[in-house]
Amino acid sequence: MATGEPLIVLDSVNKWFGPLHVLDDVSLSVGRGEVVVVIGPSGSGKSTLCRTINRLEPINSGTITFDGQALPAEGKALARLRSEVGMVFQSFNLFAHKTILENVTLGPIKVRKEKPAAARERGLALLDRVGIANQADKYPAQLSGGQQQRAAIARALAMQPKAMLFDEPTSALDPEMVGEVLDVMTSLARDGMTMVVVTHEMGFARHAANRVIFMADGKLVEEAEPKEFFANPRSERAKDFLSKILTH
Amino acid sequence: MDVLVNNFDVFRNGFFVTLQFCILAATGALIIGVLVAVMRISPVPPLRWLGSTYVTVLRNCPLTIVMFFAAFALPALGSNADFLRIPGLDQIFKRLGTDLPYFRFALIALSVYTAAFVAEAIRSGVNGVPSGQAEAARAIGLTFTQNLRYVVLPQAWKGAVVPLGSVLIAMIKNSALAGFFGVAGDLSASAQSLTSAGGFPIIPVFIGISLGYLILTVPLGLLLDRVERRQAVAR
Repeated sequence: MATGEPLIVLDSVNKWFGPLHVLDDVSLSVGRGEVVVVIGPSGSGKSTLCRTINRLEPINSGTITFDGQALPAEGKALARLRSEVGMVFQSFNLFAHKTILENVTLGPIKVRKEKPAAARERGLALLDRVGIANQADKYPAQLSGGQQQRAAIARALAMQPKAMLFDEPTSALDPEMVGEVLDVMTSLARDGMTMVVVTHEMGFARHAANRVIFMADGKLVEEAEPKEFFANPRSERAKDFLSKILTH
Repeated sequence: MDVLVNNFDVFRNGFFVTLQFCILAATGALIIGVLVAVMRISPVPPLRWLGSTYVTVLRNCPLTIVMFFAAFALPALGSNADFLRIPGLDQIFKRLGTDLPYFRFALIALSVYTAAFVAEAIRSGVNGVPSGQAEAARAIGLTFTQNLRYVVLPQAWKGAVVPLGSVLIAMIKNSALAGFFGVAGDLSASAQSLTSAGGFPIIPVFIGISLGYLILTVPLGLLLDRVERRQAVAR
């Protein structure tokens, strides 16, 4: 659970896409080692929220602090900060022209200036951890979706990040592959990684999250421990959302 | 048709001058073109503006005008384009080192002109790379230049090969203009001298010249087809 000062702090963050107010005065803090799951209907701004934390989406007003430091403007300092925040995308985004192992070692070699041999060794260990060491020399297109997403997690972990952001990591997967990715994420959570997870996997939210955040229409509507949230949602919006997804 | 056989050495020399000219111009155009394309997609607004201006001006001016500028404006500015007398390179491409600067002038004109088209071909290749690729590269902390170098550009070639091939073939044909801006002895200037000065009949001479250009362009087209097919398999 959270200890000491929080790792990620968003304070009164606002963002517009043209006239659309996608983040409406969002404040949130994530402690070290905490696993926060963000849920909500489509278009509620949860993906955008996730992407503002490493400034893939710039914000219009408010402040975001990571590890005690305000997010820098575009440039070297921002690149350094991003290297400390791992990100996993819905569509995997593995580098299509590189092998799985090269995907995992590119960051350590080019950003961290690690020796290629050392990076390879660590990369193979990470691929082994996510269960795809035998795929190291294949190209992304030769792997299943679940394997690709696990490779993407290994690529993010290779940077030894202080936190990991997951932007709907299982939404593009066939149902039978969701489990293998969630298993990797659960083991990460158990190992104490700070995680912000945008997902529709309520099972993961229930058993792996320390806190659930419910967003709707760009606003942070409700936050609570998972047990509390799923048993007794306070807001009408959350009750409505849960009734729709939990009846089937 | 005897003119082709009897003057074979003229055609051959012309062919090699044009070949050298085209190799140099293509190299220059590719280097400048990549730089301009990178400027056009850079996050720095003044660079973007500069890149767009470059493309707008040079893509929309007739090559003849660009050649005129190179052949008349550069000397007026006191330049002999001596920076192109690159030691070593001028041993392979002898024309680079000549005292008469017109080969260098025409080379500059054709390179900067073609670079505008190269830049657009590369940019279309870059646009063909899914945006998630660059996003993932930024997310692991690569800087803009590293992102381009290791992630975006290597994948952009795939989409750029076909338009780039058309640009280079057009460039080879455009090189014919150099003969009229003081480059002596290339294919088109050879045609000129054989027909006007030598008094040979025009049609056979121009058939010979056309063959010279086809020898350059057709294999290039075939080569590019092969490259394209190879990349299709690699995917």
